[in-house]
Amino acid sequence: MNSDQLSIQNEDFSIAEEYRQLRAQAGDAGAVVTFTGLVREMYQAEDQGSKIDSLFLEHYPGMTEKCLLEIIQQAETQWPLLAVRVIHRIGELKPGEQIVMVATASAHRHAAFDAAQYIMDFLKSKAPFWKRQSSGEDSHWVESRESDAEAIERWQ
Amino acid sequence: MLSIHYFASVREALGQAEQRIERPKDVITVADLQAYLAGQNSAFKTLMDSSAQLMVAVNQTVVDGAYQLTEDDEVAFFPPMTGG
Repeated sequence: MNSDQLSIQNEDFSIAEEYRQLRAQAGDAGAVVTFTGLVREMYQAEDQGSKIDSLFLEHYPGMTEKCLLEIIQQAETQWPLLAVRVIHRIGELKPGEQIVMVATASAHRHAAFDAAQYIMDFLKSKAPFWKRQSSGEDSHWVESRESDAEAIERWQ
Repeated sequence: MLSIHYFASVREALGQAEQRIERPKDVITVADLQAYLAGQNSAFKTLMDSSAQLMVAVNQTVVDGAYQLTEDDEVAFFPPMTGG
């Protein structure tokens, strides 16, 4: 399911095109923030020290969209946003590929920055996505991070 | 009928993505359902006994073990999320 505000997709996306469309929706915005998450080659360098060959993104169709639209709505109640757009890719991704985008537009920069960070923080540990990483023969599910759970606490 | 979905490492550990069951009379809460499934399936019991956190959603909202099930609920078991 895709809406103006949300797309869950296999395909890559163009930041330039997303930015253009967001500005067209946002009217008299004074600030646009775009965050892009990328697949790192050294995915868990801190405990593995190995390079990954690919990442596989699984999700829970239906719940993913429900969760993300709720997160977007929460952001809209807290900041005066003129436009919001979230894209999350699923399926197999290679190092260097774009995985997620959060874009926000507002009259002023603080609302756009804060809302983008809020959406990203909640997406990380509340939206039902799971990553499996492959490196040579080894393939395993990525463990959740304590720091991601902590990132949410500062908003509460 | 309850429809039960499994995702990611939970799906792989159980070797199935979903199942449908008639709700047994003594299964009232999510915790009851977990105990019932552990009794039916040793792989599910192993998951329950492991230190790994098992999350549960009912009708696509995360709930805890005390949540009371109703007929035709969609239940899902999965590990903590790792998106973004």
